[in-house]
Amino acid sequence: MTRQKLLDLYFMEARAKVIDLAAFMDRIERAPGEEDFRMRAFRDALKELERGNADRAKRVLLSLSDPTDKPIPAATTKAASGAWPEK
Amino acid sequence: MRYIEPHGHMVSRTTDDYVDMATAGCACVCEPAFWAGFDRSSADGFYDYFCQLTEHEPKRAAKFGIPHFCWLCINPKESEDVKLAQDVISLIPKFINRPNVLGIGEIGLNKNSRNELKVLEMHIEVAAQHDQLVLVHTPHLEDKLKGTRLIIDALKGDKRIRPERVIIDHVEEHTIQLVLDAGFWAGMTLYPESKCTPARAIDMLEVYGNERIWMNSACDWGVSVPLAVPRTALEMKRRGHTAELVDKVVYQNPLKFLSQTEKFKLG
Repeated sequence: MTRQKLLDLYFMEARAKVIDLAAFMDRIERAPGEEDFRMRAFRDALKELERGNADRAKRVLLSLSDPTDKPIPAATTKAASGAWPEK
Repeated sequence: MRYIEPHGHMVSRTTDDYVDMATAGCACVCEPAFWAGFDRSSADGFYDYFCQLTEHEPKRAAKFGIPHFCWLCINPKESEDVKLAQDVISLIPKFINRPNVLGIGEIGLNKNSRNELKVLEMHIEVAAQHDQLVLVHTPHLEDKLKGTRLIIDALKGDKRIRPERVIIDHVEEHTIQLVLDAGFWAGMTLYPESKCTPARAIDMLEVYGNERIWMNSACDWGVSVPLAVPRTALEMKRRGHTAELVDKVVYQNPLKFLSQTEKFKLG
């Protein structure tokens, strides 16, 4: 499929998503209190959009991942937060 | 269109979902054992659950003309309690020869802890002893990359396990190559918020090829879409893929993997 056809298929959806991202960041900025590691990880992940060679999705996922390789001593929760707290 | 739903937690779904799936062309559904959303208090709860998966749910699915198969295990979300896991795993041989049991799954890791890894190795042992197919769950979000690596190491560490008889599920762009390069099958899970969207799944098919890959909805009690596979098939057509390729990915590929056990027969 050509770039033009892919743009026809997905541009409006991507446009809506990028505005949603902007609105999300504005909402966080307007709110009182401190942000946490998730927002820092989010900003780091955004930098990957400017890099990459048709591998941005992979780079964003890597940026948000735990890069270590040893099992943790014990699971204290079942949930994942979406970003590695120790980054 | 015809398709196989290779990963759906149907005990959590309504009869309306079965009607929709049958209408969309679902040829069969395969249900891995899952976490109930709360921790079961004893192995007795799993005994009842395994009866539900092997006796009751196939009858419910049959009312809508859909053959139902299942996988057995204790899910990694409940694997921190090794004693409970041992008790549950000891139940599996009592059920493993039932006609709709395809193998061991969905085993794997959740938070990548030492106990989870120990329980994963216990499941691998049962699969090897009974020569079973294996379906593996990979962790969520930030834990997926590390978990996928640990899982591949554990599976590769047991020479009795043949990679072509193992599907590693919930791959994303940062893990799919690891899984395929190691010789395993890869499952792409189509979720509205996490895992991957139809558009990204099709991207991965275009980048990594269509061999040893399937797609599933993994519909359960959470945010999920039972019709995610046929909807992605429609998206493939919008992207210009042929009906033959769509059929390969949503029907022929899962058929090929699952047919490695003689228990898997359609009509």
